Amino acid sequence: MKTSEAARERVQIPIAAEGLSEERIAFLERLVSQARTAAAVFTQFTQEDVDRIVKPMVLAGLEQAQYLARLAVEETKLGVMEDKVLKNMVATEFAYDYVKDKRTVGIIREFPERNLVEMAEPIGVIFSLTPVTNPTSTVLFKCIMAIKTRNAVIFSPHPSAWHCCSEAVRIMYEAALKHGAPEGVFSCLESHTLQDNAYLMRHKDVGLIDATGGPGAVKAAYSSGKPALGVGAGNTPVYLEKTADVSTAVVDIIVSKTFDNGTICASEQTVVIDDEIYDLVLKKFADLGAHICNAKETDLLGRTVIDPKTGFMQAMAMGQKATDIARFAGLSVKPDTKLLIAPIQGVGREYPLSAETLFPVLAVYRAQSVDEALKVCVDVNHAGGLGHTAVIFSRNDEIIRKFGEVMNAGRIIVNSPGSVGALGGVYNDLVPTFSFGCGTGGGNSTTDNTNIYHYLNIKRVARRTQAHMWYRVPNQIYFNMNAVENVRDLPSRCTIIITNPSLEKFGHVDIVRRYISPQTHVHVSVIPDAEPEIKVVMQGVEALNFYKADQIIALGGGSVIDAAKIMKLKYESPEADLEELAAPFLDLRKRVVEYPTEKINRVRLVAIPTTSGTGSEVTPFAVLTDKERRRKVTLADYSLTPDVAIVDPQFVLSMPKGLTADTGIDCLTHALEAAVSSYASPYTDCNAMQAIRMVFKYLPIAYEHPRDEEARCMMHNAACIAAMAFSNASVGVNHALAHAFGARFGVAHGRANALMLPHVIAYNAAVPTKFVPSPYQKGHVAHNKYATIADLLALGGQTVEEKVKNLITAVEQLLDQLEIPRSIAELGISKEEFERAIPELISVAFDDPSGRSNPRMPLMTELADLFRSAYQGRGLAKGAKTLQQRTA
Amino acid sequence: MATIAVWLKIDEEHVVQALQEAGETLDSAEGDLLLDFSSMRRIEPSTLKVMEEFAGIADGKGVKVILRGVNVDVYRVFKLVKLASRFSFVS
Repeated sequence: MKTSEAARERVQIPIAAEGLSEERIAFLERLVSQARTAAAVFTQFTQEDVDRIVKPMVLAGLEQAQYLARLAVEETKLGVMEDKVLKNMVATEFAYDYVKDKRTVGIIREFPERNLVEMAEPIGVIFSLTPVTNPTSTVLFKCIMAIKTRNAVIFSPHPSAWHCCSEAVRIMYEAALKHGAPEGVFSCLESHTLQDNAYLMRHKDVGLIDATGGPGAVKAAYSSGKPALGVGAGNTPVYLEKTADVSTAVVDIIVSKTFDNGTICASEQTVVIDDEIYDLVLKKFADLGAHICNAKETDLLGRTVIDPKTGFMQAMAMGQKATDIARFAGLSVKPDTKLLIAPIQGVGREYPLSAETLFPVLAVYRAQSVDEALKVCVDVNHAGGLGHTAVIFSRNDEIIRKFGEVMNAGRIIVNSPGSVGALGGVYNDLVPTFSFGCGTGGGNSTTDNTNIYHYLNIKRVARRTQAHMWYRVPNQIYFNMNAVENVRDLPSRCTIIITNPSLEKFGHVDIVRRYISPQTHVHVSVIPDAEPEIKVVMQGVEALNFYKADQIIALGGGSVIDAAKIMKLKYESPEADLEELAAPFLDLRKRVVEYPTEKINRVRLVAIPTTSGTGSEVTPFAVLTDKERRRKVTLADYSLTPDVAIVDPQFVLSMPKGLTADTGIDCLTHALEAAVSSYASPYTDCNAMQAIRMVFKYLPIAYEHPRDEEARCMMHNAACIAAMAFSNASVGVNHALAHAFGARFGVAHGRANALMLPHVIAYNAAVPTKFVPSPYQKGHVAHNKYATIADLLALGGQTVEEKVKNLITAVEQLLDQLEIPRSIAELGISKEEFERAIPELISVAFDDPSGRSNPRMPLMTELADLFRSAYQGRGLAKGAKTLQQRTA
Repeated sequence: MATIAVWLKIDEEHVVQALQEAGETLDSAEGDLLLDFSSMRRIEPSTLKVMEEFAGIADGKGVKVILRGVNVDVYRVFKLVKLASRFSFVS
């Protein structure tokens, strides 16, 4: 085994070594190398190994929660020691509660019903920035996440929180090492510079940057070219709606806004209060220790804690007590004041306190209506807090829903404190975190609460699913001579017979009428003997409406039955838009267009075919001509399938020879194409194979002896059976070629199919130039299917190739017997004219949906070759024994 | 065709020591050096460090080091720390 990893190294982002000494670079390289080795070794660990390490780390963090909190307050001069203890405990205990039963190694989730498994792949080395506001808690949380996910982390704490953070890292590292974690899994930069960060952010062996910090740090992370998790600035609007439980809301807001002196960026910033409860709310705030500022105090406060040049909060106020902030601003407040409340009249730079304040100063706004309140909340949300957090207190579900709709916030906290609520796991079921993703609004890639799943590459193992297939045919099929008698058993108040002039003239309509109850009102609608036009269909629908018919009997060839299918559709669902329903689709189950299910009328469609070929009596297809737009509209849906099919050969005894041959070959083509279709199934195979046998046996007889009842009956049945196959398996490229050619040169469909058939069998049996994706088939089987058909016909041959060749010969001999021209040239089409038509022919054939289920994806050039082969004519397998010789 | 001059079985419990011993044979090795890793279930950072040094010495002496029976988890670690290209692997 040779390795060539050096050659496959990706292009690296330039190292940002500017301003770094060689010694410093060597130091940073050692850190990364150590972390990379630890991460690599970590990949060998099992879930049990990992879980054995995580728990003692959590316990160590809990034991040292107070120590670390004290260090943090002493070093950063921010926040409240008691609250920081709580944060450290949430970061360990609550994080553990969330992760303890989660799988993060190997298979992490299974979806058996989808044959899908998710597996975990560690990231490797994570470079993690931690903030000054929640320093130790963030470190503790990230260490637990990293070990749980088998990653190594290099920490870069905020410079004002380095000591407490490095202590937190040390405590976690010692606990982890003691219980088997790889050496070097955690490290922490000592006093460092932005150049250090830049160097590590761009290092080729750092897999992810997790930047929990200010906008500068987050921007640097995202600009590094590395995958990065970031956080965004907050400016949390709160809507205190009049139906809310005011007492609870006020306490929750105080809890949240004073928690660690407001240093959590999800804490409340501006509370928008409904006019009806405004005075009550402020009184309750005051009763619980808040100082309500008057206009002058609000102005003073705003000018003190918000930088007038930037509009952002002053750093000196961050995380300070309310009384200290009051003192800075020159306000006189009681010594036990918890919170300064500043009424504001708008949002924006003219109202400085509408900006984010990470200290216990809360703006309040009096709203005269729900609409105004929501708009002010939107203003606050857009004034620096997009994607972060929003809070609502209300009992009105409709208003809560509307608030959720209009707020762009990753966390919309309902009836609970914003800061502690957003952390997750305390007041709600959000995932516990110390990093709030703020989505694109906040310049981040996710709105999630960052958690273990963001520290993993999740691999999805997608096993091949067995695609659902179908077999749908009419639930009543009556066949054999005089099957039309079954019309007697179909009760109807009013029946319309759709037929065409020749059939009426031959007395076929009278035969059908004979079996309709005398109580049934019967109306005969004669339509032209051609592919149905929209105008004709709509006239039929008018008749159906006029007579309020409950049964249609379609007596005729494919055109009549197709017309009746569309009449039924439009009669039952007048709103059906034929143009829209004809929209193309790739997979019937996933098509964009849905056929109407609501019906204002109900009518039974009885199809009685008078030719043995199209099989329209059992198919879900209908073709319509739109003369105005000079195009065909093809509809396909199982709701179009007739309810009853009556396959009675008495109606085909008088078919002329040419029509017998053409429709018979159409039937054979249906069966052969369905047999090798990419949608073929055992259900359709049995239909296709049986139909092929029947055609080879009975079509020559029906052709030579038109009055042979058995042959006619069997061919009539064969056409229906083949249609059941292709109704469910579809057809293939033969039909695509025939449709294009037939339409262009006015050649009957069956005959056009016949001219293509031997060439298409040879084409499909060969190794495809391009395979067609198909969830329904395993491997390329067309050649084997043809060989099976050859065996079924006893054509002989030892190998698959011989059998395919014999099948082609048999088809060619059948075509000869039926006196079907051997080539397109024989139709009198000149080579020049045909060549001129080829570009259009291949374009139309390529777009034809029939080709989509062909076992071989036809390339444009191959379509041209097939047309040219058909022009030159058959004789592909000359030399093979004839069918008669074989069967003899 | 190169001959296998030295064939050493690496024991998971004493891997560093075994590699040190292997290193001592490099001077006298006339052919390839084969280290049998088939009993190594897991590799530690300290082992990787020694392996890296060992690869350096072997390179310097022009000795090809072949690792036999490395399981896929350990092989992946070699890939992740970019050591795989320094050795040859046989099953």
